[in-house]
Amino acid sequence: MEAFIGVFAWFADPANWQGPNGIPTRLLEHVVMSGVAIGIALLVAFPVGLYIGHTGRGAFLAVSLANIGRAVPSYAVLVIVFPLSIAVNRETGLFDIAFVGTLLAMILLAIPPIVTNTFAGMRGVDPDLVEAGRGMGMRGGQILSRIELPVALPVILAGMRTAAVQVVATATLGAVIGGGGLGRYIVQGIARFDYQRLVAGALMVALLAIATELFFSWLQRRAVSPGLSGRSVRAYENVAQLGRVDVPAV
Amino acid sequence: MPEREPLIRWDWLADHTDDSAERLVEHIWLTVIAVAVGFVISFVLALVAIRRGRTYGPITAATGILYTIPSLALFAILVPITGLSVLTAEIALVGYTLLILIRNIVAGIQGVPRDVIEAAEGMGFGTATRLIRVELPLAVPVIVAGLRIATVTTVGLVTVAALIGQGGLGKLIDDGLSRRFSTLYITGAVLSVALAILADGAFVLLQRVLTPWARARAAR
Repeated sequence: MEAFIGVFAWFADPANWQGPNGIPTRLLEHVVMSGVAIGIALLVAFPVGLYIGHTGRGAFLAVSLANIGRAVPSYAVLVIVFPLSIAVNRETGLFDIAFVGTLLAMILLAIPPIVTNTFAGMRGVDPDLVEAGRGMGMRGGQILSRIELPVALPVILAGMRTAAVQVVATATLGAVIGGGGLGRYIVQGIARFDYQRLVAGALMVALLAIATELFFSWLQRRAVSPGLSGRSVRAYENVAQLGRVDVPAV
Repeated sequence: MPEREPLIRWDWLADHTDDSAERLVEHIWLTVIAVAVGFVISFVLALVAIRRGRTYGPITAATGILYTIPSLALFAILVPITGLSVLTAEIALVGYTLLILIRNIVAGIQGVPRDVIEAAEGMGFGTATRLIRVELPLAVPVIVAGLRIATVTTVGLVTVAALIGQGGLGKLIDDGLSRRFSTLYITGAVLSVALAILADGAFVLLQRVLTPWARARAAR
């Protein structure tokens, strides 16, 4: 139990807030690394998911990817890409081995949930809506941007949420192969039997993951089209009761 | 400059198959215990959630937060309490199975059609008999789907447990990493991926065996 009381002392120690091993630096490393990984994964996964969802081609690929993505342990992915990262470093002399390895693993792990949720979100769009859009003379691109995407957005964001939480966890494991981020405190804590450091690091990682989850759930709720969420359906009803039946544009 | 070490030294691997096998067995045990204990706890909590609907929200919220915490962090938080022990590993591993299992058990049981339950009541089944003879068999596909995800997830998390001094395939990874011996860590990683995929497949088979009617319906 002393470890938990000691954690306060650890957080209060100004030495832990300064320099390359200080909390601000480690937090920034963690967040930047995670953000870059999600960004790159999004660039790859989103167009693929959209294409599969819009055309229906390659659905088998999306489903298989989902299954594989769920089955593969993240620590194993990290370790398997590690030699690749060593090779990149040896050939080019560029980049930090741990950074490249961790980033690569994070990107690989973030792609499947984004692809499959984008695809699933697009598939879940009511065909009547698409039909109605076509009836209004919309072209493929317009149907995609004005009907399919807005309706599918919450499901797509759910995929990003899964990916982001996964990425924050993998960034933590990156410290095991020598990477930065908040995971360093855990690795240092275990190596030095310094339980205050260990628990402090673990608490920060846990809070960051929970904050990530909450942020994306909030985003997801915000993204639900008002016509679907019931939020403004109620508003519409109020309007209707006042005798005005014109429905505002969504 | 020393000669570059090959990624995998097959000769070394051939001499050390016993070590790998031993770690594999440890890994399977750690997984089985976690899923089994997790299932028992989840089953009880799921029944509570079904009987008292108001508890479902708080139960899934609490287990959901647990599920969000990265495994290395959860292991680390427990270390000052339960030490670098199997107990520490298992508490965290069990914790991760709860959300998925509770959700699927509840969904499975509540997914039983209303008229089926009424038929069971009409036959004079009490709550317990109805649960065992009607609701659970019909909920099997959803429950097994939950067990499948929980097991595969646990296989992955057990590899991390080695960092707090446990055995299993993660031990091969950690030893390999600290000795900079790629044969060892690649073996650990590849075996854990293979184990996860095999476990996934095993549950697909189990589901087929447990729900013969699903196939009969598909054949018709």
